[in-house]
Formats: sequence, C-alpha cells, structure tokens
Amino acid sequence: MALMTLSSPHAHGNNSTQKVMLTVTLATLPGLAVMTALFGFGTLINVVLAALFAIATEALILRIRQRPVMFFLKDNSALLTGVLIGLALPPLAPWWITLVATAFAIIFAKQLYGGMGNNPFNPAMIGYALVLISFPLQMTTNWALSSQMGASVAGLGDALSVIFAGGSADAFSGATPLDTYKHLISNKTATEVLTDTTFNGWLNGGWEWVNLAFLAGGLVLLWRRIITWHIPVAMLAGLSLCSLILGWDADMYTPASLHLLSGATMLGAFFIATDPVSAATTPLGKLIYGAGIGILLYIIRTWGSYPDAVAFAVLLMNFAAPFIDAYTQPRTYGHAKANRGLKKPEAK
Amino acid sequence: MTTVLIAVTVLAILALIFGAILGFAAVRFKVEGNPIVDQINDLLPQTQCGQCSYPGCKPYAEAIANGEKINKCPPGGEGTIQSLADLLGVEPEPLDAEHGAEKALPTVAVIREAECIGCTKCIQACPVDAIIGAAKQMHTVVATECTGCDLCVEPCPVDCIDMVPLTPTTNTWYWQAPTPGVELIATDRQPNTHDTSSNDHKGQAA
Amino acid sequence: MTHQIQLHSFDGGIHPAENKQQSTRTPIRPAPLPALLTLPLGQHIGAPAVPCVAVGERVLKGQLVAHADGFVSVPLHAPTSGTVVAIEDRPVPHDSGLTALCLIIEPDGQEQWIEHQSLLDELGVTSLEDIAASDLVERIRGCGIAGMGGAGFPTAVKLAVKRDDNGNSPINTLIINGAECEPYITADDMLMRERADEVIHGIRVLLHILGAQRCLVGIEDNKPEAIAALNNACQSLDQSSQISIVAIPTKYPSGGEKQLIQILTGEEVPSGGIPANLGIVCQNVGTASAIYRAVYHGEPLISRITTVTGDAVSDPGNWDVMLGTPASHLLQLSGYQPQPLPRVIMGGPMMGFTLPDDSLPLVKTSNCLLAPSVTEMPVNEAAMACIRCGMCTLACPAQLLPQQLYWFSKAEEFDKAEQHNLFDCIECGACSYVCPSQIPLVQYYRHAKGAIREERAAHQKSEQARERFERRLARQEREAAEKEAKRKARAEAAALAAANKKAAAAAENSASATPAASGGSSSSPVAAALTSPALEKLQKQLTAAQTAISKTKEKLSAAQQALSAGDEDQQTKVAALESALVKAQTRMKDLAKDIAAEKKALKAQPAAATDTAAGPDKGDPNSPERLQRKWETAQARLDAAIKRLEEAKAQGLDTVAALETGIVKQQQRVDEAKAAWQAVTGAPVATNTDSTEPSSQSSAEADAVRKKIRAAQDRLNKAQERLAMAREQQLDTVDALTLGVNKQQDKLNALTQQLAELEQTASQTTTTSGTD
Repeated sequence: MALMTLSSPHAHGNNSTQKVMLTVTLATLPGLAVMTALFGFGTLINVVLAALFAIATEALILRIRQRPVMFFLKDNSALLTGVLIGLALPPLAPWWITLVATAFAIIFAKQLYGGMGNNPFNPAMIGYALVLISFPLQMTTNWALSSQMGASVAGLGDALSVIFAGGSADAFSGATPLDTYKHLISNKTATEVLTDTTFNGWLNGGWEWVNLAFLAGGLVLLWRRIITWHIPVAMLAGLSLCSLILGWDADMYTPASLHLLSGATMLGAFFIATDPVSAATTPLGKLIYGAGIGILLYIIRTWGSYPDAVAFAVLLMNFAAPFIDAYTQPRTYGHAKANRGLKKPEAK
Repeated sequence: MTTVLIAVTVLAILALIFGAILGFAAVRFKVEGNPIVDQINDLLPQTQCGQCSYPGCKPYAEAIANGEKINKCPPGGEGTIQSLADLLGVEPEPLDAEHGAEKALPTVAVIREAECIGCTKCIQACPVDAIIGAAKQMHTVVATECTGCDLCVEPCPVDCIDMVPLTPTTNTWYWQAPTPGVELIATDRQPNTHDTSSNDHKGQAA
Repeated sequence: MTHQIQLHSFDGGIHPAENKQQSTRTPIRPAPLPALLTLPLGQHIGAPAVPCVAVGERVLKGQLVAHADGFVSVPLHAPTSGTVVAIEDRPVPHDSGLTALCLIIEPDGQEQWIEHQSLLDELGVTSLEDIAASDLVERIRGCGIAGMGGAGFPTAVKLAVKRDDNGNSPINTLIINGAECEPYITADDMLMRERADEVIHGIRVLLHILGAQRCLVGIEDNKPEAIAALNNACQSLDQSSQISIVAIPTKYPSGGEKQLIQILTGEEVPSGGIPANLGIVCQNVGTASAIYRAVYHGEPLISRITTVTGDAVSDPGNWDVMLGTPASHLLQLSGYQPQPLPRVIMGGPMMGFTLPDDSLPLVKTSNCLLAPSVTEMPVNEAAMACIRCGMCTLACPAQLLPQQLYWFSKAEEFDKAEQHNLFDCIECGACSYVCPSQIPLVQYYRHAKGAIREERAAHQKSEQARERFERRLARQEREAAEKEAKRKARAEAAALAAANKKAAAAAENSASATPAASGGSSSSPVAAALTSPALEKLQKQLTAAQTAISKTKEKLSAAQQALSAGDEDQQTKVAALESALVKAQTRMKDLAKDIAAEKKALKAQPAAATDTAAGPDKGDPNSPERLQRKWETAQARLDAAIKRLEEAKAQGLDTVAALETGIVKQQQRVDEAKAAWQAVTGAPVATNTDSTEPSSQSSAEADAVRKKIRAAQDRLNKAQERLAMAREQQLDTVDALTLGVNKQQDKLNALTQQLAELEQTASQTTTTSGTD
C-alpha cells in the first residue's frame, strides 16, 4: 500500500496565525470599552470604520495582485491593523482621515512590500504618521474630552455628525493632557497646572483608565504567550528612566506618571511596539528595541512638536530592527560564544 | 568675490586633504585578496571539459576576467552562472546553448571493460588522470576522480565508454524545499497546481 | 531509590500531548513470523554490512549473514532459521523511498538457533569483572549492536575508549537514555517495566567497559512504573551505589542526547563535538538490554521492541518483533483500519519519517510504527506567511533563531544559514510544532543542510579535480622539459666529446711531437720545454672550465626542479645560471680553440726545428691514418644515428624527421671522409712526386668547409631573424632562440677556424713541397 510522505514533525500545536491576530484584536477591547465610556462613541465608530476600510482595501489589493483573497483575509491581520488605526486616531477625526490612514497602511506599508510578514514597518503606524503629518489640524484638535474633564461627552448622534457630516467638534474636543501639560508648565508650577480642567486635580482626566485598560489587555497577551515581556517592559522602563532622570522636576517637565498613564503609552507598549513582523526578534534585541522606543518616545514628547510620539518612536526603531537582530544573536547550544554581526563563519 | 575665492580655496584644500587620506589608506590598508582569476576559477566546476571552448577551467576563468561571457559552462549550469554574476557584479544570463546543456544529474564515465581494447586513447584524453590502464591492457575509470566531462567518450575507437548518471543514494538524498504553495502569485503558478487550498504533496520528494 | 541529583534545564522545549497510555495497556507481545524477512544491509550509521551467505543457502537463527565493513559498521544476523531467497536492491525504510541492498530470508518456522553461549562460559570465568573490556567490546561488535534509540550509531565504536597509561578511563559518567520524550512511543517504557534486570545487567557491562564512576539513568517523570521497576532491579542486584535512576521533568525533547546531558550534568556538548569530549557516553536503554543479551546469552541483535500505535490501529501495543518484519505485518496484527490519506510514521510524531509504502521492513532503529487518523494528526494546511512571532525561538532547545534560519533557507542564502549555526539544529521539530503559520520549518532546514553538504562535496570534488588537472599539466610540462634537456645533454655531450677528442688528439700530437723533437734534434729542447707548459696550462684551464660547466649544470637542474616545485624566487636564479652556463661553455670553446692554436704553434715549431725531413707527420690532418679514423668515427656515428632512428620509429617519437635529416647529413660526412681517405691512400706515392695533388685535395676539403660555412651562415641569419621576431613579440621562446643563435655562431666560428686551418695547412704543404 502506497502511503503519503511528509517531512517531520507530523504533530502540530493548535496555534494559528488567525488565532494570534484575533486574540490581539480582542485584547484591545477593554481599552476600546473604556475609551467609548469616557470619550463617547467617536472611538468606537472610528474603530469599526477603520476595520471595514482595512478589510475592504486588503481584499481589493489582493484581487489586483492576483492572490487568493479569502486565504489571506482570514489571517485577520487587516482587521488588527484597522482596529489599531481606529484606536490611535483622535475619536472625532473625520471619516476620510480614517480612510486615508487605513488605505495607505494596507496598500503601501503592507501589500506593496509583499503582504503580511514582509513589511519592514508597522503598517498602522505608517498610516497614522501619514495623516498626522498631512492633516495636523484635524489630528491634534479632534481629541474628545472626557466626562472627567467636566466636558459634555459626544453622544452617538453628535459623534456621527462630526465624523461623517463634518459637524463642528468644538463642543466636545480639546487638547490631550500631555499636550496641555507641556504647554502650561512653561509658565506655571505643577500644582497650578493640575488644577486645569484637563486634569481636574487628579492625574489626567480619564486617560489613566484608558491606559490601565490597555495594560490589562496587554497582560492577557502575555498570559496567552502571544507576546513576550521583553519589548513592553523595556519600553516602559526606558520611558520611566528617561522621565525620572531627565525630567525629575515636575515643575519643568511632564512627570513620569503622566508619561506612563497618558496618551498612547500602554497601547504602544503592548499592541504596537510588539508587532512581531517589524520588531526585533532576538531576546536581547527585543530589550534594546523596546528601550529604544521608550527613549525616543520621551525625547519626542518632551522636545518635539507633536503631542504624542508612539508612531515616530516605533517607526524609527523599525529601521534599526534588522541591524539589532544581526548583532544580538543568542549563544547557540554547544558554542562558547554567540556568533554576532555579519561576518562569515570561519571555515571548518 | 572674496567669498567665492574663500569657498574655492577651502574646497580645494579639503579635496587635497581627503585625497591624501584616501591615497594613504589605499596604500596602507591595501587588501591582499585573491586575484580575481583565482576567485572565478574557484567557482568553476573544474571538470576541465573544455565545453566553454577553452582548454580547461583556468583558461576560461582568465577569459572571464578579461571580459568573456559567464554563461559558457554547462557543467556548472545556472548555479555557477549565478555565483559568477554575484562575484563579478553582472547580470546573470541564461546558459549559452551553443556550448551544451546542463545535465540533470552529474554523470560519471564507465568503461565496458569486456569491450576495451587497451588503446590508451581515453587515458590521454582524461584531463584529471581518472582512467588507469596500460597499452593493450584493459582500462578502468576511478569513479571518485571522474568529473563527468565526456572528453574520453569521443576518442574511444570502440565506443565502450558510457556516461552513467549518478542517482542519489540514501546517503546523498535530501529533502527538497517545500513548494511555496499559496505564496506563489497566480501568474507564476504551474497549471496543475492551481488549487491553493490543498497542499498535500508539498512535502513529497521531487 | 530515586537519587536526588541536581537537575538542570535546557532552553526551549514543548509539551505536546503525550498519547502514551494507548500502547501501555498490554504487555509486550512476541510478533509471529511473517512470510518473508527483508534485511537491509545498512541499518546503522556507517558502511553497510557485506553479505557472507549465498542465495539459496540455509541459515540458522542468529547466524552471521553479513559482516561489518570497516570500523564504523556492524554485522547482521539471521533473525530466524530459513533460506536466503534473494540478495538484491529493495526499497528500504527511509524518507526517500530509495532502494538499497537487502538480504531476503524465507523463514522455515523452526526457529533453529545457531550455537551460542554466554561470554563468561566461553572464557571460563565466573564474574563480569574478569573479562577484559576489549573482549566485551568485541562481543558487542560481533553481535551487531547499533544504537537503538533512533540514530543507529555502532555501539562498539562509542565504547572503544582509549585508557591512559595508568588504566584510567577518560569517561567518568555513563548516561542511559530512558527519557523517551517523543509522544506515542512506549517501547523503552515497556522494556524498562518488563525487563529492568536486563537493563541493569547491560549497564553493569557498560560501566565495566568504560571504567566510568557513575551511571545516570534519565527517565521522564511520566513513566513512574518504569522508574519503580528500574529502582527495584537496581536494589535487588545491589547496584544502587553506582547507578542512579533519575526522574526528569517531562518536556520534549529531553530525550535528545545533548538535551539529556544538559539536564543531568548541566554541561553542553561542544558544537561539532561528541559527549566523550565531556567524559560522557550516552546509551539507550534498549541498547543496554541488547548488550546484556549479547554478553550473557550470546544472542546477536535480531529482534527489538516496537510500539504500534495511532488511531488507525484498533489494538495498539508493543511487540517483540524480528528485524526485517514488514510494517504491514505488524499493522495487521494490531488491527489496522484503512484510512483516508493514509500515513505510517516510523518513529515518533516529532522526528519520525513517513514510510512511502507499508511493505517496508522494520530495522534496528525502528522503535515505533505510528498510524494516525486524519483527525488525530491533520495534514498540515497550506503554510501562511511567517510573522516573526518568535515562538519558534522560544521553543528551540538549541537556542537557535529558527525563523532567521527559515528566511535564509528559503532564500537559499546558505552561507548566512550556516553563520546562524544551521548545523547545530537537531531537527527535533519543536519550532514547526509551535509555528502558528504552520510552516514546515524542519523541511526547510533539511533541504538547506542537504544542499550545503552537496555543495561542499561538489566543491571538494572540484578542488580535487583541479589539483589533479594541474598536476597533470605539470607532469606533461616536466616530461617535455626532460625530453628537451635530454636532447640538449646529448648534443652537449657530443660536443664535449668532440672537444675532448680534439684536445686528446692535440695532446697526443704534442706528446709525440716533443719526444720527436727532443730525440730527433737536440737543438730545440728549450723551445719544446717552453711550449709544452703553456699547453699544459691551457689544458688545465680546459678541465677546470669543464668541471665548472658540469657544476653549473647541476645547479641549474636543481634550480629548475625548485622552480617547477613552485618556488618563484628560483626564476631569476635559473636565468642567471643559464647565462653562466652559456658563458662557461663559450669559455671552454675558446680554451679549446686556444689549445688548438697552441698545438698548431707547437706543431709548427718542431716542424721548423726538425727541418722538413720529418717525413709524413702524424700531426698532418691529411695523413691517411687520421683520415681513416675520421671516416671510421663518422661511420660509427652514422650507425648510432640509424639505430636511434629505429628506436624513435618504434616508439613513435616526433624526433624521427630530425633524426632522418641528421642521418642524411652524417652519410654525407661519411662519404666525404671516405673519399678523402681514399684520395690520400689511393695515391700515396703521388704525394711525394706530385706536390700539387695534396693542395688540390686540401682545397677540395676547404671548398666543402666553405660550403658548410655558407650554410651555417644562412642558418645563423635565419635564427637571428627569428630571435628578433620573438623579442619583438616578447615570446617566452626568446631564451631558447638566443641559445640557438649562440650555438650557431659557435659552430660558424668553429667552421671558420677549420677553414683557416685547412688553408694554413694547404699553404704549408705548398711551402713544404716548394722547399722540397
């Protein structure tokens, strides 16, 4: 009887790329829920919109590239990219900003490099960076205010009107706490700044809850062994250390607590910097990569002109990832030392 | 006017300084590499078959170094052309059919010993002395030394030399790389492997 | 008891579903005889065994049917009594499904054993300790034991450790691998449960052979029965002091040799090295049991325990099965149910290989036949793209970067794959197991390794071919040079001989002339005494020049040899030596000329001193004796030349034409000499009476010489032209041509000299005859 021949191993774990992508997507839900609760429906609408755009764009480009559409769509990577873009954009950003960011991310940052697994840069952050540079007005002022800032939260109708019909968002929007602190601290003391409505006397008006929710989602990813601790820990440590060493004076610089629990810090640490395709892959490399993002994040936030800097920090470190990998190979079993760098092996 | 003069002077001085540094570095850190001919010769299969129309691999290597085309070596085939192209930084070209086709499997010469008349013609033709025997004595091929160059076949007056392909044994066989399956884009795909969902035979030995 | 030793851990590893309980419910059952046994001759690593029985021969159970071929090889024995029905190429159990030489035995069902006995009885000793280690190793080799854990490395080779002068063994630890980390397989587990005594006895033999201080038996803690059984056996045999049964955490691939060593000792086998580098020898429990049987019962390795399991068989379990039994036979015994997409895996699900056909036989390394259903072990779906998730890196027990290796292997960037230590991959399959994209990573690595090995072999072969080609070229060149040198040497020897002869003749002349002068006339002893020292001095110089030349030649040939051996520095030396040689040769010729001139002067002196009454002088070149000698030598040379021509013709050398022209010329010379002699002897009286005769004679000779001079001049001109051309084109023949021109010039000079001599004698004769 003739039999089938295959190379070993014949057994396989029950893990799959679809599951990985879906788990990551689901792990963003706590953060999404908190954002929706505090800032209104804007974020939710954006996330759904971006996910739909992402899947549609992916299907379109796969068709054009003559690839099996369903086979690639079911890996859920487009869905995740869309969700991450939706979470990163200001809640009340108009729909076309979402479309531009998503389409650019899928077409240029992902598929033109060869599709999933071949993109050197994080697609979601490429899309975000594009719209941030191209439409700075919409990107910096459309941040919804939370109920904790004493502002009225945009209802579903308001949000829809702002996003799709170009309605005015002025009633519901303002600058983010990071931005506000940076601007106010130049001529006020820390205590004075914290009395601002944005902070409402305590931390940063709801953003801390958002970040804690993303941290919870990140812990789920760690528990499910989808990510390793290296990148988030190194990134948060890099950010905290910079903040403690360079910006210890809260009357001069944004304090570490605000850095860690405001803006997209936790989303970036657990969901964006850990995107495996564009990150470093060796254990030591991941630490360097994560720390690099943390440091760049602090530098750009403190001395740059943009309110948040996760996208730029991640993209800059994406550049360095292959180089980091080449120089951080682990020591292989039976070898006295690691074979690092790009030199050729010695002839045996 | 003075600005222009200053700029030109500064640039000229800089050019001189850097030129001097470059010149010094070129002399001081001169790389004693393999001469290019040796590097090319290393990549050639050393069958010494002369199919390239040069009397051996070294002369062809010298010719390549002097601008000869790199696609005249059938025993090396596409692999050799590729590595030569990499070495010389030129575009790889398809094998020049004029010089023969690449063999699917390496071959080795085998003398049908009963028919050998002991003329020593093949011994004289063998570029690597892989045939042993004496006048009026039966000859035989040392299979491990034979490069499969075919040069002994022609001179044999009784046509008693066969080129036998070396089929893989359990010691030399190895797995082929998995076929890429769905990663192939549609236009690249072979007609009979169109079905993307079933990839059952991807592991099978080609 | 289970010894508490400090356990270590290895990086990575996975926890696949164990699936071992299915096949441990029944005890080991002996498998009934199949209709035919197929014994591949290469069931181990190393050279295949060589059959030593003939087709049609009846063999007994345990009889040697194929002997080991070399050190790394093991013999093969008949698993049962029966007839050898064929020795031919058959498909063998291997991924490739390729054929190899097999020996096929048809059992007769009688199970008739060949005579065999314990090594203790054979040597007449009572305890194991009385047997020399070498005898035990020899017995293990003779019984055809190869590693039964899966690799099949000849056991005797591993055990052949060299002790130092004090008899100390370099091995301090024996590790017995009972981890059996692969899912599904329970062959070692059942063996340890049921035959623990055999294993412990085998370990004792191994300890004795190796001289190791301790033995660690590593067993995964999912086999409590096996651990208990071994502990019991250890205690009942009173071996607890040396042998420790160690329970190790269950984690795949803890049964890998390198990983087990790391777990038990914390040490790592160096890359490219073997455990013996750490003073460790590792053996499988099955091997230990086989060693027991070989030593204590004299039974060769003819059967083994094999697990048959998987959802496709209704009655999974372990069988004690004869080597050569077809897989289909065992599957049928275990109740095989036909499956869609049927697969039979020999070995475990992680490292085993699929059989291309179920008729393939079981061999010494077949520890398991796994027949899974499709639901149990789904056929991998199409691989998705690698997302660099790094799960493979976390799973790799060798601390490699599997995904980097994958990218390099896929892109066929084999040098980079090697740089990332591809060859340290043990192909355990942990990376493929955890890969969410279901990429067949191990297959990529196997392909890359195979391609690299093939490339290496091809490169080695091409290096070898190049070396042989270059040596052939060098040999051909050397042969040509030798031929040329020989030819040159011959020509020079001839010239030298001629010069010597001339010198000798001159010396003879002077010798004969001096006494004649001193005896014939006492008026000129002073002149004679004056002239002969000058001649002697010249001759001394000549011999000195000759020795100098021969020395230079020696040096030259040495330098040439060094040059051909590749010493570039010798190039200039050779050139210098060559020019020195040419100079010395010219000097010698000058000397010869001087001597001739001196002699002539000497000859003229006595002629003048002894007056003209001396009669026919011996120094007279035209004397009949000299002419006759000249003719005779010419004739002899001609004969020699003809002989050489014949030889050349026989050997088919390309010098035939040259020799022929040479012979023609020589013939001419002979004729001339003969004519001259006849002319002299034919009219001896006339010489005295007719004074014009000799002069005309000599003038005829002079004419001949003149002709020769013209020809030589012609040749010289041509040679010079060619030399000029060669110089212009910078050919490497310039040296050779220069030499040729010089030689021509010399010849011409010699001829001119000869002519001058002739004319002189002619004028002398005329004068003599005139004064008469």
